[in-house]
Amino acid sequence: MEEILKVNNLSKRFDDIVVLDNLSLTVKKGEVVVIVGPSGCGKSTFLRCLNGLEDIEEGEVLLGEEKVNPNKKNLSKTREKIGMVFQSYDLFPHKTILQNITLAPIKVKKRNKAEVTEEALKLLDRVGLLSKKDNYPRQLSGGQKQRVAIVRALIMHPEVLLLDEITAALDPEMVREVLDVVLSLAKEGRTMLIVTHEMAFAKAVADRVIFLENGKIVEEGSPAEFFDNPKTDRLKRFLETFSYEK
Amino acid sequence: MGFEVLLKGNNMLRLLGGLGVALYISLISVAISIFLGIILGALMTLKNPVINAFSRVYLEIVRIMPQMVLLFIVYFGATKVLGLNLSAEVSAVIVFSFWGTAEMSDLVRGALSGIDTIQYESSAALGMNTTQTYFHVIIPQIIRRLIPLSINLITRMIKTTSLVMMIGIVEVLKVGQQIIEANRKSSPNAAFGVFATIFLLYFLACYPISLLSKYLEKKWEN
Amino acid sequence: MDFNVIKDYLPLYIKAFMLTIKIGWIGIALSLGIGVISAFILHFKIPFFSAVVKVYVELFRNTPLLVQLFFVYFGLPKLGISISAEACGALGLGLLGGAYMAESFRSGLGAVKLSQTESALALGMKKGQLFTSVILPQAITLSVPAVVANLIFLLKETSVFSAISLMDLMFTAKDLIGLYYNTTECLFMLVIFYVIMLLPVSILGSIVEKKARFKMFGD
Repeated sequence: MEEILKVNNLSKRFDDIVVLDNLSLTVKKGEVVVIVGPSGCGKSTFLRCLNGLEDIEEGEVLLGEEKVNPNKKNLSKTREKIGMVFQSYDLFPHKTILQNITLAPIKVKKRNKAEVTEEALKLLDRVGLLSKKDNYPRQLSGGQKQRVAIVRALIMHPEVLLLDEITAALDPEMVREVLDVVLSLAKEGRTMLIVTHEMAFAKAVADRVIFLENGKIVEEGSPAEFFDNPKTDRLKRFLETFSYEK
Repeated sequence: MGFEVLLKGNNMLRLLGGLGVALYISLISVAISIFLGIILGALMTLKNPVINAFSRVYLEIVRIMPQMVLLFIVYFGATKVLGLNLSAEVSAVIVFSFWGTAEMSDLVRGALSGIDTIQYESSAALGMNTTQTYFHVIIPQIIRRLIPLSINLITRMIKTTSLVMMIGIVEVLKVGQQIIEANRKSSPNAAFGVFATIFLLYFLACYPISLLSKYLEKKWEN
Repeated sequence: MDFNVIKDYLPLYIKAFMLTIKIGWIGIALSLGIGVISAFILHFKIPFFSAVVKVYVELFRNTPLLVQLFFVYFGLPKLGISISAEACGALGLGLLGGAYMAESFRSGLGAVKLSQTESALALGMKKGQLFTSVILPQAITLSVPAVVANLIFLLKETSVFSAISLMDLMFTAKDLIGLYYNTTECLFMLVIFYVIMLLPVSILGSIVEKKARFKMFGD
């Protein structure tokens, strides 16, 4: 299978603190990679490095043949191919749901408005929010806003989708509706990098799970290996924090 | 350019004295405003319909009426209507206090209502009585919000004191005019130098205070 | 209160009112223009001009309008620059207002959440598109409360125009009181006209503020 995203020896520092330590990773087309780890271990920072929202001190990120470089002029072009959904969804409050979705394709990809609208409506229908197309973000619940945020990223036809703890800020009863959308995306073969701490979800959606601690990859494996047969002590201890067995 | 007139005699000193009058009026008015403002602000949180109606009208009057108009009303009007012969200084303090109290009470009301009831409840749950709650929990939180805003009010009052020259108080602008008039022949360009200096004096009076306010606001943002 | 006196003085007050309104709103328009340009300069951190704007804003926010007017009207002619009282009033108000508006717009721009910028960038938007489609509309809405407060403030400040002999409402009132001693009537009319000038703005302002708040925050 074709390699879509390659990370080579990525290192990042905030002042003197090493946040990401010599990380290397390859993601194949259609693969769903889930990253888990303790808070503050650099998971979100890692995703943000992948689309140039953060500078990197060493190493490189390659999307296909192109390097992702925060300082280069073609960064916005590269970003069209890497979609990202944030924990805080951040829909544009002054625009309707439909406008939120169609803004980027029209302005950035210069696509035809009618065509974009048609696709947007199809996608909204798919996530069950067609009736909300003329509402404003303030009228939607957290789970609904997050589903819109996913659609907004999808309509740019990215090659890779980055999902950064997208259910962390949601009320529990809304988490499911969002994760169901992600599961369906995985089924249709989307390449995704997901940061989450919903362990059951990780097990269900991932092709590969990675444990990140202190900016280093400690262990990785298939969901079965990862959750049922953790090899390292650190991963064992981490997984224990999610269960209440005595 | 007229600056030389300031070096004559004690002209500079007189100018500073004029500024002193401005500061004097501001400080007294601010003190009165804080005192009355806290009382009124606390009263406004009681959700009494009479107090609410009264304070809404009061605040709207202060919001709309230029201070100059209020000065005229008090200074010229009090004599005619109430038969009182108020000095210009007293009129100024009355008007500024009227203005300041309105603003302070609004600030206090805002600060008090910004504190969740949960704070009162958890204090009570810990066994504190009302006085202790106010003293140790509520008041420290309000003070942090109030101080930068109060400093902002002081700065605005200092600037507004320039208006009192219009009812005859000899503050810095009036002194400036006197100096210019007295030196008409010898320094024909005194107007430029004198007013430029007054401009600078006000700036030097207000800018440090506003810097202090910004610094405190940043420091206490958390 | 003698209503005949009021009837007699009415034309004078109306004339003064029109003058105040005219110069006041010209000054306000000027202040909005200066404010917007200054805010842009500060937001985009344009070298040299940023420093100029910063100095301008601090100078004019920390000095009273009256002093500024005296300086321009009485002081500048000594350097050979003389302006009419009306122009001086409008200019003074514009410069003072500009400093306040600059601060209001700049903080509006700064209040737009960083995460909005990041979402837009993540979608591949360029800086220019980001600014016009995402940041600017939100900044304008966020600036509304401060701008409304400034408008009311500036309209009130017009009351000092009498100091440079502009025949505005204050001048008229003072003049008439001095001449005929009908203090009560004069003051009464003075108050009425300022209420006419400012109350509609205050009420409209509150409505616009509420609408803007709802648009941004939904409450």
